[in-house]
Amino acid sequence: MQYHDIVIVGGGPAGLAAAIAARKTGISDILILERDNVLGGILNQCIHNGFGLHTFKEELTGPEYAARYIAQVEEEKIPYRLSTIVADITHDRQVTYINREEGLVTIQAGAVILAMGCRERPRGALNTPGYRPAGIYSAGTAQRLMNIEGYLVGREAVILGSGDIGLIMARRMTLEGAKVKVVAEIMPYSGGLKRNIVQCLDDYGIPLKLSHTVVDIHGKDRLTGVTIAEVDENKNPIPGTEEYYSCDTLLLSVGLIPENELSKGAGISLNRVTSGPNVNDRLETEAEGIYACGNVLHVHDLVDFVSQEAALAGENAAEYVKRKAALAGERNAAETAPAEKNAAAAAESEEDERPGYAEPDRHTIPLVAADGVRYTVPQFLETSGMRDTVTVRFRVADVYKDRYISVYYDDQLISRKKKKVLAPGEMEQVVLTKKSLAGYPHMKRITIRTEVE
Amino acid sequence: MEVKELICINCPMGCPLTVTMDGEQLTVTGNTCPRGEDYARKEILSPTRIVTSSVRVSGGTIARVSVKTKTDIPKGKIFDVMEEIRAVRVDAPVKMGDVVIADCAGTGVDVIATKSVGRA
Amino acid sequence: MSKQQYDTDVAVIGGGVTGCAVARELSRYDLKICLLERTEDVCSGTSKANSAIIHAGYDAAAGSLMAKMNVEGNRLMDRLAADLDIPFRRNGSLVLCFSEEDMPGLQALYVRGVTNGVPGLRVLSGDEARQMEPNLTDEVVAALYAPTGGIVCPFNMTIALAENACENGVEFRFLTEVTEIRRSGEGYELTVREAEPSGAGAVRTISARFVVNAAGVYADRFHNMVSRRRISITPRRGTYCLLDQEAGRHVDKTIFQLPGKYGKGILVTPTVHGNLLIGPTAADIGDKEGTCTTAEELAEVTAKSARGVKNIPYRQVITSFAGLRAHEAGHEFILGEPEDAPGFFDAAGIESPGLSSAPAIGVYLAEMIARKSGAPAKEHFIATRKGIPHVAAMDREARAALIAERPDYGTIVCRCENVSEGEIVDSIRRPLGARSLDGIKRRVRQGMGRCQAGFCTPRTMEILSRETGIPMEKICKNQPGSEMITGEA
Repeated sequence: MQYHDIVIVGGGPAGLAAAIAARKTGISDILILERDNVLGGILNQCIHNGFGLHTFKEELTGPEYAARYIAQVEEEKIPYRLSTIVADITHDRQVTYINREEGLVTIQAGAVILAMGCRERPRGALNTPGYRPAGIYSAGTAQRLMNIEGYLVGREAVILGSGDIGLIMARRMTLEGAKVKVVAEIMPYSGGLKRNIVQCLDDYGIPLKLSHTVVDIHGKDRLTGVTIAEVDENKNPIPGTEEYYSCDTLLLSVGLIPENELSKGAGISLNRVTSGPNVNDRLETEAEGIYACGNVLHVHDLVDFVSQEAALAGENAAEYVKRKAALAGERNAAETAPAEKNAAAAAESEEDERPGYAEPDRHTIPLVAADGVRYTVPQFLETSGMRDTVTVRFRVADVYKDRYISVYYDDQLISRKKKKVLAPGEMEQVVLTKKSLAGYPHMKRITIRTEVE
Repeated sequence: MEVKELICINCPMGCPLTVTMDGEQLTVTGNTCPRGEDYARKEILSPTRIVTSSVRVSGGTIARVSVKTKTDIPKGKIFDVMEEIRAVRVDAPVKMGDVVIADCAGTGVDVIATKSVGRA
Repeated sequence: MSKQQYDTDVAVIGGGVTGCAVARELSRYDLKICLLERTEDVCSGTSKANSAIIHAGYDAAAGSLMAKMNVEGNRLMDRLAADLDIPFRRNGSLVLCFSEEDMPGLQALYVRGVTNGVPGLRVLSGDEARQMEPNLTDEVVAALYAPTGGIVCPFNMTIALAENACENGVEFRFLTEVTEIRRSGEGYELTVREAEPSGAGAVRTISARFVVNAAGVYADRFHNMVSRRRISITPRRGTYCLLDQEAGRHVDKTIFQLPGKYGKGILVTPTVHGNLLIGPTAADIGDKEGTCTTAEELAEVTAKSARGVKNIPYRQVITSFAGLRAHEAGHEFILGEPEDAPGFFDAAGIESPGLSSAPAIGVYLAEMIARKSGAPAKEHFIATRKGIPHVAAMDREARAALIAERPDYGTIVCRCENVSEGEIVDSIRRPLGARSLDGIKRRVRQGMGRCQAGFCTPRTMEILSRETGIPMEKICKNQPGSEMITGEA
């Protein structure tokens, strides 16, 4: 069986950033496995601008943002396979992939980084009544057809869901000469970024109807129209508010779901809120040596944060491999074999303990999301190997005005920060420092909550 | 005195801005960085946008190359720019940064490729 | 036989499971057979949207054709599935009884089943049933267990029958709608409108010595063109929810509720591909194309199913759909010639258990027609057909060998269902190959999974266009009019 120090599943923004960071941390034996025929993932079809403000202090389009990372991967000569699907990952890090040139290949990986991204929620998951004609697309599928293949999916569109891809596609279709009649959002607030509502809807006079949803789909062959109705506070349609919109296209932008079929196959349990793996502050899943980052871990709204998170996963995976090699090296001190070979042997032998985590003072602290905070990533902290700072990302459950975001170590308030507006569509973060933990050696939990006063 | 509410589109923060106009005098509040103030002034006096789209490619590995206006253009010119973008076709290979349309629609701004497309 | 010349010996109207089964069984005989289908593919009406169940046969009234065909069809399935490579599993079925008061009803079902010749029936106590199916509710007081109940892929069953018929010489004409049937001498003259993909409708006539009316919800229309003994088919809509394969093991057997006034009530069943299927409702409607779902019927599915099976993970719904049963007032299959229309063979009123009965109906009608025509059995009937390989289900060596031979089996296009480009290419290149996205989906399950074709649609459209020469703008979801894109951007 082939061995590689780090196998990265997915060559999108997360996988690329993880690979580069791992390389910079001193691991050279890396393999990226990408299902598409190019690197860059979903960025290739996100031709709009707005990427990279945090990372590069300039505004790039998706392909330009991807190109900067791809250039680094090429420069560092990090190997990758394209048009390659990973079929299976085991708990002990055997990765099986398939492609047309090699058929089926199984690799033993020193560490695995999960970077598979997410998929769009389809119409079926909404259980929207009506017919099932052509012309109903998830927004990302339409985006691919338009921006990569160059086809117009329709001439008159209604968009359900105000996620960012839906908003971007509203503008995109308008620019290509289609009429976008309305964007309906079942929630009383938009799921997308405010700037996208301004520059994608307001700029073109496209109405956004909050607390509205599609209640009927018309047309037996190609879509002919949809019925939209207002919903009450329980999201049930209010009779009498139905409005008919003729259209040949319905785009859905109703949520993204991390693609964790492979993670589940590896016996990694998923968080009910994020649909991604539970991870510690090193972004390691409950399977040793398997890390997760980007949209497979939790859905992000900004690629810059994906890149940051992925770089952390890459560094940690690299350090894990190095620690393991060092341990194996100690064990086989008499031998002079290169460290990588030993790592291979160690990975296959199954017998060793968790290097770095095995200290007797190992202390795992769960992070608890409470009072309007829906989840946190990471979900727990391991103080023994903790870095100086840990960024905890989370989302809130509703739109809140003038609330504090507070951090508690057990019952002790550690920090609070006032926010004018908090919205579920926008990811928030707090930073924990190692120093601040020093005074709490027996802490049971860290709680992150919103507070009114 | 006129007051206008804006959302800054410079970055994903989306700061809510209040612009108070007193004749020639503009006062901007609500911004959390200097770019916000610039944006508000521009948005009131002469709003601009970057336009992104895609252009047909002949003989490329993919059918379209993504493009953008190199800098922002007057908002009122968006559809004029789009018309030129939609009419043009380029031959592969295209390199990221290549000028696809020079001085698009009289804006003085070039439309450039935002990805590279190799020959099929 | 008369000296009259016909374009074809037998014209079969309708490419659903019944029409295809009849065509396949007829192709055993030395007859010229032509199957006329209105849409672009077989299996695009009632046959594609049903419970995908092979019923054991205890439901239908004792002595009825329905009972006979059901039990016989069920019996034929093992052989048929083996011969034609159809995904089929005898998972067994349970009919749940919720109160002591209803026990006589369950007993009656048992007795009827025994009378109909259903093997192995047993009445279980509630606890015995729960032991068999841990997710049954405590409300269940007893259940009728039928070990011969099964689940099948209705798409593959219909397509397999059609492909085998095709291989044995049956001509399939798609996008060909029969608009009129007239008696002509001893045979019939059919007027058909051929919907070209471009939309131009050429009108032609086809003469046939015999006609088989397997037109599903439209069977009354054709019957009434030739017979004064009118029949009336009411489309009875059934709405279903399909759940992700993760929910597919929620039950192992097909779980029915004791039948009420409107058919068999809501069932919960695994599908042969490992999903969980729940439905159908029963609403009599006027529109023979009324395959829409409604909020009320979807709510009914959820509400009624919960009575027998607990904790159904409705969060995992991947799609919902509705199908129409061709309900005839007498609730009995109408098979054979009306007295006043010799040579015209009905297969009408084929509602549930129509799928289960199709193999038997095929044999029954084919024998009848063969007898009447005097046609001898063919010497070289090909009884078997091999399906498209599902490479992801193969063991490692077989899969690797296949990819080495045909590299496109190594390119996964649909990642939810693990469908390779090679399988999609096969589905298009086979005889009666797919010409639409739905056609590909029914053959190889591309787009059938949890993302519902979100990722693989563009790629599949390209493959279909490349393989058939159909331009991208003309690629359809199903029949013409369902184009996927409106042109170049």
